[in-house]
Amino acid sequence: MLKIENLTATVGEAEEAKQIINRLTLEVPAGEVHAIMGPNGAGKSTLSYVLTGRSGYEVTGGSATLNGDDILEMEPEERAAKGMFLSFQYPVEIPGVPVMTFVRTAMNSQRKLRGEEEISAPDFIKKSREIAKQLKLDAEMLKRPVNVGFSGGEKKRLEIYQMMMLEPNFLILDETDSGLDIDALKIVADGVNALRSPDRAVMVITHYQRLLDYIVPDTVHVLYRGQVIKSGDKDLALELEKNGYTGVIDAAA
Amino acid sequence: MNVHAQNTLTEAETALIDSFAGRFSDLPGDADVTVRRDEALELLKQGLPTRRVEAWHYTDLRRLLSTIPAFKPVSEAEAVAPLLDHAVVLPVLNGTVHDREAGPEGVAIARLADKLQEGAVEAEWLTAADRFDAVGAVNAAFVSDGYWLDIEEDAELEHPLELQNIHAGGQVHARFVANFGVNSKATVVERQTGAGSAFATSMTHLDVADGAEVLWIVLQEQPDDTAYLGRFSAKLGKGAKLTLFVMNSGGKLVRQEVKVVAGGEGSEFKLRGVNLLGGEAHCDVTMVLDHTAPDTFSTETLRNVVTGKANGVFQGQIRVAQIAQKTDAKMACNTLLLSDEAGFSSKPELEIFADDVACGHGATVTDIEDEHLFYLMSRGIDEKMARGLLVKAFVAEVIEELEDQSVIEALEARLVNWFAEHG
Repeated sequence: MLKIENLTATVGEAEEAKQIINRLTLEVPAGEVHAIMGPNGAGKSTLSYVLTGRSGYEVTGGSATLNGDDILEMEPEERAAKGMFLSFQYPVEIPGVPVMTFVRTAMNSQRKLRGEEEISAPDFIKKSREIAKQLKLDAEMLKRPVNVGFSGGEKKRLEIYQMMMLEPNFLILDETDSGLDIDALKIVADGVNALRSPDRAVMVITHYQRLLDYIVPDTVHVLYRGQVIKSGDKDLALELEKNGYTGVIDAAA
Repeated sequence: MNVHAQNTLTEAETALIDSFAGRFSDLPGDADVTVRRDEALELLKQGLPTRRVEAWHYTDLRRLLSTIPAFKPVSEAEAVAPLLDHAVVLPVLNGTVHDREAGPEGVAIARLADKLQEGAVEAEWLTAADRFDAVGAVNAAFVSDGYWLDIEEDAELEHPLELQNIHAGGQVHARFVANFGVNSKATVVERQTGAGSAFATSMTHLDVADGAEVLWIVLQEQPDDTAYLGRFSAKLGKGAKLTLFVMNSGGKLVRQEVKVVAGGEGSEFKLRGVNLLGGEAHCDVTMVLDHTAPDTFSTETLRNVVTGKANGVFQGQIRVAQIAQKTDAKMACNTLLLSDEAGFSSKPELEIFADDVACGHGATVTDIEDEHLFYLMSRGIDEKMARGLLVKAFVAEVIEELEDQSVIEALEARLVNWFAEHG
């Protein structure tokens, strides 16, 4: 599914550029959930932006492929059409663009890029209704501009709404648990789990192990200074929660 | 300000003055009107205002008005489809009212040419406000026709009216008057458009009586090689509510003046403006708003999208008289500058003589935010489409504030049209 080899990336312009991802190697096979944990500044969010093609992040070495396709050469929208999806840590407010208009435009753009037919208006509305209900999102909210006036929890749920609408095959959740109370967390986790399938994979970026009780990972990686310094099964997350990162970092040094 | 002598007139100024001799015999008006036209022409002979005149600082009319076309003798202009369904269309074609529909119930409609002929207009009405009132002077000298509407007391017009000032090139100079009776309610659209290179002026005056509610929409969609000078003026009675929506999306040189007097206690004025400027357009919206009664309320919101080598101007002056206590006035001018060669100048001015008021203004000039762009692109929308969505959203916010869904949809359709043509 997703294969990252010796990836090196910098943030910033020319002389100010800072290397945040440092010869990172990581593989997430189809059907699996991998958690990326690590202290602040380890490069977790940067990794998510490099994978989705945000401008300002420059890849200076290595490769990343999704199902064998080199994604680093692609525009963000092409990566999306290939199935990449990032649930943002801080979803932006976009005044004037209603949620439904946005998601339908995105869906049809992706379909067009893949050479598929557009979704019909009734099919879209039906699908939207079902998913909104499942996520306990008010239908009125979907008519409002994207994220404008939404609470932190509502924004995160709206990310998952988009994910469920667009049905990507590689899901990146960047700190999706932050700002969620326990009920919202369960709703969000149920949404993600509903998407789990043998041909999809999930990368869960998180600080805390709490989310991993609900979205159970197959593998946990510890990211530090742009590298994976330790990988293990879900118990590694519990260990980190208990003992912090210091031990792992010292052992790797 | 000193009157500055201009020794020689520009080619365009000369052409404008010369065109009067050939046009004069066709212009309607009694003896008084003729005297006013003559006075206006004398003003024009002193030359058009330059950037040294404060009110024209950002729009050097003398330099920018480079050509004056001849009048077209035959009417080739055709009315356009109305903005809103079921609208009663009142066209002025190449400066003349041909046949007109009978007005709907509650509205008396007269030809402006008849009013001029009968001498039914006050002298000051055809007098320039000052030496540099180019819009008033050109229009007073050359105005040929238009409509005069009287809306009855308590009338609530079921369908909108649409005034059209349409040219097929050449020169057109029209005027519109609308008197809204006490507690009347109406929506009126004013279209300024045509085909071919033209010099067009148009002046509109509203008298909104006590308790009347008016939505007035000005759609200026002149061809890219047309110069257009317009003025909208209004006087508001007690508790009167006027919303003026102005959309400029055409023209090479455009000056749209707005002069409103919130003169009735508790009156409300809203200006909502959308300027879509591309190519080499120069578009200037200049507003002077007087609050002259207590408890008056006004808000002005302008959203500008400027691309190519276009240049935009907004001058907004709010004057609050000493008597106008409890005035609440807010002005905002937000611009998206989409090209390095585009420009926008914003000049807010508050003159407050009352001590218990709430007045404010703000202006921003920005580009599309990378964060927004990336968010849309990461969901599968390509950059061009994402930019289009964001720019459209930026102006649509102002349109969506209007209450009537059919008006919102019609204006958004014009927006989509413009973006389709200007990418």
